[in-house]
Amino acid sequence: MDINKNYFEFIGLPVSFHIDQSELADRSLELQKTLHPDRYAHKSEREQRMAVQYMAHLNEGVATLKSPLLRAQYLLQLQGIDTFSESSASIDPMFLMEQMELREQLEEIPEQDDPFEALDDLTGEVDQLLKQLRERFAQQYQDQDLEAATSAVRKMQFLEKLVVEIERLEDRLDG
Amino acid sequence: MALLQIAEPGQSEAPHEHKLAVGIDLGTTNSLVASVKSGEAVTLPDLDGEHLLPSVVRYLPCGNHQVGREARKYASEDPFNTIISAKRLMGRGVEDVKALGNEAPYHFEASESGMPFINTAAGKRSPVQVSADILETLVERAEASLGGELAGAVITVPAYFDDAQRQATKDAAKIANIKVLRLLNEPTAAAVAYGLDEGKEGVIAVYDLGGGTFDISILRLNKGVFEVLSTGGDSALGGDDLDLALASWFAEQLGVSEIDSALSRYLTEKAKDTKEQLSQKEHVNVVFELAECCKELDVTRDQFNEIVSPLIKRTIRACRRALKDASVQPEEVLEVVMVGGSTRVPQVREQVEEFFGRKPHIDIDPDRVVAIGASIQADVLAGNKPDSDMLLLDVIPLSLGLETMGGLTEKIIHRNTSIPVARAQEFTTYQDGQTAMAIHVVQGERELVQDCRSLARFVLRGIPPMAAGAAKIRVTFQVDADGLLGVEAKELTSGVESRVQVKPSYGLEDSEIAEMLKASYLNAAEDKEARALREQQVEADRLVQSLEEALLADGDKLLSAEEKALLLDEMAKLVGLRQGTDISAIEQGIKALSKASDKYAARRMDYNIQQALQGHSVEEIEGNG
Repeated sequence: MDINKNYFEFIGLPVSFHIDQSELADRSLELQKTLHPDRYAHKSEREQRMAVQYMAHLNEGVATLKSPLLRAQYLLQLQGIDTFSESSASIDPMFLMEQMELREQLEEIPEQDDPFEALDDLTGEVDQLLKQLRERFAQQYQDQDLEAATSAVRKMQFLEKLVVEIERLEDRLDG
Repeated sequence: MALLQIAEPGQSEAPHEHKLAVGIDLGTTNSLVASVKSGEAVTLPDLDGEHLLPSVVRYLPCGNHQVGREARKYASEDPFNTIISAKRLMGRGVEDVKALGNEAPYHFEASESGMPFINTAAGKRSPVQVSADILETLVERAEASLGGELAGAVITVPAYFDDAQRQATKDAAKIANIKVLRLLNEPTAAAVAYGLDEGKEGVIAVYDLGGGTFDISILRLNKGVFEVLSTGGDSALGGDDLDLALASWFAEQLGVSEIDSALSRYLTEKAKDTKEQLSQKEHVNVVFELAECCKELDVTRDQFNEIVSPLIKRTIRACRRALKDASVQPEEVLEVVMVGGSTRVPQVREQVEEFFGRKPHIDIDPDRVVAIGASIQADVLAGNKPDSDMLLLDVIPLSLGLETMGGLTEKIIHRNTSIPVARAQEFTTYQDGQTAMAIHVVQGERELVQDCRSLARFVLRGIPPMAAGAAKIRVTFQVDADGLLGVEAKELTSGVESRVQVKPSYGLEDSEIAEMLKASYLNAAEDKEARALREQQVEADRLVQSLEEALLADGDKLLSAEEKALLLDEMAKLVGLRQGTDISAIEQGIKALSKASDKYAARRMDYNIQQALQGHSVEEIEGNG
């Protein structure tokens, strides 16, 4: 069955970190039109069940390929490397220092004169760092330097968590 | 010979016979039923020409009940037997509904499972049964109006409804004997009613302030596809709250402090009436006939605005959050659609217009738009529109998770994830030799379990004793297209398994539903056996017909001659069984044929996928070339 295929093949895209988001959107739309359980609502229960299964696989695939971090993690998983569970692998101390500084910056934002401007600055900085990491990962993955690629993913995870915390603070400030 | 009958697919039954299907808006204050008649979606009136059915049921000492306007007349006079706003009680526990105080002044009693039952003159009634009585009235109206038995219904629910509330709605339909084609989110239904009419493309916001709930949904429309980007709202805020705010202001102004249920109802009715008048007029003179004397109050629209403004501001905050979740700026919103009677309040329209920077749409009656959209979807789902491109892609409104150590929630499926979805997460034991694991499923955004809604609890037993952390328990959540959750837990090293269709903590037990079904069969003087037989026959027909259509379309391409012959043989067997009256034999026959054709069905799915993707590549090549 096609739901045993990996997400790239299932959706009909080359296995690569570089993805054309509009092509992903177009293809997933075509598949949604074919697979959605609504298309089978008047069919037998077996067909409806199967449609739910296929559609769930598709939705999960689209969500995975859409997000740069999940896509990178998935590519590593296809190579037998699990970055979804907790890891005790050590991370480069320079990077950790940088992270602590960013977090301090975040904590101080509510006391700033213009907290929203400070938030925007921090968001910009984090976005820039994420962009660099993604480019690095793409290269390392292409060169099959999986160890370096794994370490890039670990760093992305740190920064994505920070993004969530920034958003949380933004919500709080919005009241 | 039976084999011949089905060897010529499509001959046994007209393939696209028109099915009667309806959309039902089961509202807090009013309910409606709509259907597509001669290509046009219309709401169906009762014999007096009224479209809105007040969602009110009054239970009488003789055991009968009244539904709608007739019942509503007695709301103040007979408050304990006249159930209004039952939707607010759906999927809730006794403690939750008691906390509503005067808003739900009924005599509640908890069942063993903690499900609230209301003591009425006609006996104990659960909110699910009250809803079932409303649904039944609507279905009777529809069948009389359309002239035949319904094949199914799409029932709408607030997008913000959690799993327990959705399950309760589905249970109500089951008791009312309705085949649910889909539970559809109200804002999505409203978008369908607008979008299909005008063939729009772009981002639209649906602002739905009903009697008891507030929903905001952000959707993207593209060539018949309605994709919900985000949804938010408040399941305990609605137009009724505007009435209650005004009613308590009345009480304050009148200096009445002792408020019993009857007076509370009286003041609320007055408030509702005043609110409606203030939508048209700048001020209203309200006369109160109290026990001791008559009093008058003059209320201006400005005063009213001031009283309700904080409530409306809460809805605007939810709008801001939903836009953020959808990554959409307010100015990117192409259209704002208003749903729900409460959006007639000028202050609501003003604040919405101010926030989105554009005038909201009110072309379709905000009371009817949801039912109309639901009926369009029902028509498609019933199979009446095989060439329709319409597709509704929805999301889950609230995150689903599990309780972990220290009363914290671990989210497994985040809110605004597209459904259907299946996702698994692995957990481990925390004590040496632990042989069982309690699994507590919760829904909500908060970090502490106690702040989320408890959906279900179950225990995975029989884990082989191992050192702490050695067992691997995989918990899989599956949410179907109705937004309903199923959970499965499996210990991976031993294969011990436990599976539940999540029965909400405050849901009806299967046995309770069976009891209620029995009662309704007695009323309808219908034999339960006959109904069960019919159900199996319908399912058998559906399976055989699906296969006939499939064989006609691609049987020779995807099956070898031998495989096809085997399948035809199994089909003939089921067709034979279906002629009989042995329910379990038909059930077995359906299972056998399903099993025999599983591979073919999967091949067809895969083939369709390849077709969909191939068509796509061809288009692209053409587009590029």
